Amino acid sequence: MGYPHQSHPREAVVLSKYFGDAEARTLAGWKARGGYQALEQALGMAPADIVTIVKDSGLRGRGGAGFPTGIKWSFMKPGDGKPHYLCCNADESEPGTFKDREIMRWTPHALVEGCAIGAYAIGAETAYIYIRGEFTEPLEWMNKAVKEAYAAGILGPNAMGTGKRVDVHVHKGAGAYICGEETALMNSLEGRRGNPRIKPPFPAVAGLFGKPTTINNVETLVAAAQIVKQGAAWYKQWGRADNPKSTGTKLFSVCGNIARPGNYEVPMGFPFKDFLWELCGGPLPGRTIKAVIPGGSSVPIITAEEAEGALMDYEGFVAAGTMLGSGGVIVFDDAQNMVKQIARLARFYAHESCAQCSQCREGTAWTTRILERIRDGQGTMEDLDTLLSIGESMTGKTICVLSDSCAVPVSSGIAKFRHEFEALIPKSRHRVAVSAGAA
Amino acid sequence: MSHGPSASGGALARAPHAHDDTPHEPVFVGDRAKDLDAILLKYPTKMAALLPALWIVQEARGWVSEGGMAEVARVLDLTPAYVKGVVSFYTMYHQHPVGKYFVQVCTTTPCNVCGAEDVVNAFLQHTRCGELGATSADGRFTVIEVECLGACGFATPVMINSDFLESVTPDTVPDILAELT
Ligand SMILES: Cc1cc2nc3c(=O)[nH]c(=O)nc-3n(C[C@H](O)[C@H](O)[C@H](O)COP(=O)(O)O)c2cc1C
Ligand code: SF4
Ligand code: FES
Repeated sequence: MGYPHQSHPREAVVLSKYFGDAEARTLAGWKARGGYQALEQALGMAPADIVTIVKDSGLRGRGGAGFPTGIKWSFMKPGDGKPHYLCCNADESEPGTFKDREIMRWTPHALVEGCAIGAYAIGAETAYIYIRGEFTEPLEWMNKAVKEAYAAGILGPNAMGTGKRVDVHVHKGAGAYICGEETALMNSLEGRRGNPRIKPPFPAVAGLFGKPTTINNVETLVAAAQIVKQGAAWYKQWGRADNPKSTGTKLFSVCGNIARPGNYEVPMGFPFKDFLWELCGGPLPGRTIKAVIPGGSSVPIITAEEAEGALMDYEGFVAAGTMLGSGGVIVFDDAQNMVKQIARLARFYAHESCAQCSQCREGTAWTTRILERIRDGQGTMEDLDTLLSIGESMTGKTICVLSDSCAVPVSSGIAKFRHEFEALIPKSRHRVAVSAGAA
Repeated sequence: MSHGPSASGGALARAPHAHDDTPHEPVFVGDRAKDLDAILLKYPTKMAALLPALWIVQEARGWVSEGGMAEVARVLDLTPAYVKGVVSFYTMYHQHPVGKYFVQVCTTTPCNVCGAEDVVNAFLQHTRCGELGATSADGRFTVIEVECLGACGFATPVMINSDFLESVTPDTVPDILAELT
């Protein structure tokens, strides 16, 4: 079932099957839909066998980086005598992305179950779900679901009567995009400022409270639960036959200038053209689509033509010059000025920089100033070169990739829509050196 | 981080600190003390209860005063300076009193292309706040722009205190305000 739109026959609804179905929110409703069978099954298995199934399924992290989930889980060494932790990343703040919110609002028990399975698989007794503070409604549903699961003995010291301990706790954030970065999230959970940590050490060695930790996105954990229940082969039925690197279904959030915004679940490798025009209804009446950001604001902008030729999986979007990222599709139509919108994105990154690294702190602010100057008709042609060179010095040099993310829409925007920047630069400023000498 | 133009640190920082010198009345008494005890059981360290404790203070008092920070520091064995350093990192904790209704309108790119700036202007106009971050003369409203609220397909999302509204347009603003007492 889609939400808020009706589900389209070409969708592959696995994770979003119960979106919009209020009964699925309760423990009784979730169990009636087959809920907690996967957890029961998992608790009867050896953790290493769960990791193997997830590895075999080809599931990759849905938070943005696409790291293979089973491999990430296998970094956790059982029997090292240390407490292990699972963090569930429900900070969802990447502009364009709003899928985890829907999972938590409609199927909170699916996430409780996913967290419990993930924790057990990595040898952890405790999972923390870090939910951004603005998500007041998802927080309410998640708290309710966790409470119900404890009351029913699904969670706790004797989870589902197996004698195994599984605790799941909900932790409320307090406003900061950067807390979605995995090590910033851990600092924040520990009661610190949300500054990303220098890696190594990686979380699997020293993560939350200094202990071995795995962190996964909401969608990843919910998908993992389905994989445990239905098997790796079942999950691999979705995807392109010629691309085994992207398997399963993926939730895409669609927003901006599009007829039917919302969440859609499609098989990996789905044609992006059909997706935008057939499933999402294409542009608004009388408009044409000009540009698309397909994976949240941190991935390169592509033109409508490039989008039409793309296939929706990790490799397909790379081939189209961009990335799958978090699956947040932002659509721009011909009524939008790309300079204004890229300037607004830069302002977002400047606002959210944690300011630890000088390239990021200064670079995001400087980029924003220049872009807003161009937007306001005060720019020069040299500004475009300056923007590109600031972007280079912001890339690959900082503690986390927020800095790189700010440079991405700027460089791809200038590459694809240079004419829009130039149109805003007064003719007298096109060649500063010459005009300065002229009368 | 709470720096930059749409954060609560900008214009809000100039708001009068009317309540700063009134003595702090303890927050962690009775049920709230019990709530904190239950929260502490979830974590291996006391410090991890810092964000939840600050939420309790803000829910009780509407903002987090220096006195509130000092009390949180005391109950969690931290220093007031440390607590202040953490509070100032996060945009959602108010370090100054705000209007009875704190209105946050998302204007980040996905909402921006759907007309979010017109929604902000409608709120500024109808609440008589005048400018972003300022509190209306009757003390009822503070309006700020906020970065992506994670509901981009429901442009424009608006938070009023802890209520999360979807698909707000300039036309629906007067009705929304009329429902607030
Ligand atoms: C600045 C920044 C913000 C991020 N925000 C999120 C987020 O909101 N949600 C999320 O799941 N991952 C986010 N990530 C990615 C996480 O660091 C991490 O890769 C992810 O949670 C791992 O889970 P996965 O393997 O299941 O995808 C962010 C990364 C960066 C650099
Ligand atoms: S790159 Fe930016 S956000 Fe990331 S750690 Fe450095 S300053 Fe902070
Ligand atoms: S951009 Fe407004 S909610 Fe995401």
